[in-house]
Amino acid sequence: MNKLILGMITVSLLAACSSPAQKETTSTAPAAPQASTAADTSATPTSAADSNVAATSNMAADPAAADAAAAKAKADADAKAAELALLDKRTVYFDTDIDVFHDADKEIIMAHGKNLGKVFLLKARVAGYADERGSSEYNLALGQRRAQNTKKALVAAGAKEGQISTVSYGEEKAVATGHDESAWAQNRRAEISYDIAK
Amino acid sequence: MLRISVFAFLLCLTRFAQAELSIEITGAGEHQTPVSVIRFAGEDETQRISEVVSKDLARTGLFKLIDPAGRAPKDARSVKYAEWNGVEALLIGSVTQQAGDKLVVTFQLVDTVRRSELLKLTVSSNKQQSRAIAHHIADRVYERLTGTPGVFSTRIAYVNRHEGNYRLVVADSDGFGEQALLSSKEPIMSPAWSPDGTRIAYVSFEQGRAMVFVQTLSTRERVLMAAFPGSNSAPAWSPDGSQLALVLTRDNSSQLYLVGVDGSDLRRITFSDTIDTEPTFSPDGKSLLFTSDRGGSPQIYSMSIDGGRATRLTFESGNSFSPRYSPDGKNVVYSLYSGGTFSIVVHDLESKQVQYLTSNARDKKPSFAPNGKLVLFATESSGRGILATVSSDGRVKQKMVAQSGDIREPVWGPFIKAMN
Repeated sequence: MNKLILGMITVSLLAACSSPAQKETTSTAPAAPQASTAADTSATPTSAADSNVAATSNMAADPAAADAAAAKAKADADAKAAELALLDKRTVYFDTDIDVFHDADKEIIMAHGKNLGKVFLLKARVAGYADERGSSEYNLALGQRRAQNTKKALVAAGAKEGQISTVSYGEEKAVATGHDESAWAQNRRAEISYDIAK
Repeated sequence: MLRISVFAFLLCLTRFAQAELSIEITGAGEHQTPVSVIRFAGEDETQRISEVVSKDLARTGLFKLIDPAGRAPKDARSVKYAEWNGVEALLIGSVTQQAGDKLVVTFQLVDTVRRSELLKLTVSSNKQQSRAIAHHIADRVYERLTGTPGVFSTRIAYVNRHEGNYRLVVADSDGFGEQALLSSKEPIMSPAWSPDGTRIAYVSFEQGRAMVFVQTLSTRERVLMAAFPGSNSAPAWSPDGSQLALVLTRDNSSQLYLVGVDGSDLRRITFSDTIDTEPTFSPDGKSLLFTSDRGGSPQIYSMSIDGGRATRLTFESGNSFSPRYSPDGKNVVYSLYSGGTFSIVVHDLESKQVQYLTSNARDKKPSFAPNGKLVLFATESSGRGILATVSSDGRVKQKMVAQSGDIREPVWGPFIKAMN
């Protein structure tokens, strides 16, 4: 029962943490079309000559600034979306008997490290796993190293040491049950999960 | 509808409680002694003592069980020796039931070649322990015929993983008589018997990470031995039962520690940046074997319990795991991962020769029977983890298939005090 409540709190806290970012995304996205509408109106021909001049100067300065603002807004929105997409990913993968995660997964760790660095209230747990090739105890040790190295990378990316705990399950709790490389590759992993501050 | 599902559930429980095992034996000893076990007089269908004795003897691969084919001498004196050509020993017995659920079994082992009585004993116990009586008889027969103590009365421990449930199980050496010491939704690993067979140390994740517990079999009481930050694992008992070797990650990498069984005097004995794990004591208690990747890949090393330099033992191509000494300390058995398969390998410490005992592809976690004649290990059959044994010469192999779940992490227990 306690676990369930804790789980619900965790979910709501995570939702609370991620919602400001989501709001920014939704508000910046409509901002871009608005800017372009303004530029369009200013570009419509007017009868007054002086206003025409102003309009011309407006046409010269405004569309460029508006385009830049639009581009920046779009870039920001894209970056936010990309960051959120990265934060959705919570698993990094490893080569056989290697305790440093794939280079390709580096940006996932960077995103989570930054996220933790921004919200000190957050606590995370890194769980390390191994494929079945090895003894259960060796795999437990290997999973521990994977978890510890992932934690180090999170700290390097901005998280505080005390925010992150590590655990190893070794070859237990495999996500793929096959006895081939595709299954093993999925099982050689470290998973990040968020927990509420104690 | 509900009634049906409840019934199905009960049915499952019953099947589970029976835990029938099917046992498949392959290979035979170099010389098989032909023996015949006569059905014991007075035994009923629920206590087929003579059948259990027969199966015990057959499993060793050292005996050829000859069907008595209707011949049924009541005792040594009524044996017509001329009838038993080709049989070297004959087991005759009788069962009497006494008040208060007591079973009394008297048996005689007869040498049909020398025409003499080799053994005559009476064993008694309560009715529920008929299998224990049978195992005890098999032990005595085995010892009289081979000169080596039998291990049929000893017990084994293992982990059964079934649909996300883990159970720590203790069973008879033939896999029957399962008793769960612990059930958990979280992983259980690395059971280790105390040298006197009264306690089991193991790793349980029930509190969210690997911690070491020690549980007493008779009372089910248990103590939390090690719960340092990180993983606490791989418990191993010193031969005198006073110390445990453990693996802790509290100082970063997995390292070996020794601690008194009462929790006193914890000290680190390996100081590498690499993985050191799976410690196991030598029978004299002076040194440890362990698995380490300090040389670049997981291999077996040996080291004095006082610490100091470790010596690499395994140089096979591939990775070596899970070492265990033979009871006489002359051999080391381990699991070798090479060319995509796990095999059980025995390493002669004097000649440094290595012999493959198995090659089933997924053979892990070997441990010697306390008489050194058999090695128990985990393997797989039809995608499920099962128990298997192999004779220490690699000739006789046996697989034990339980009804449900994956069986893993088996370990053979020590000799226990004889009954009577």
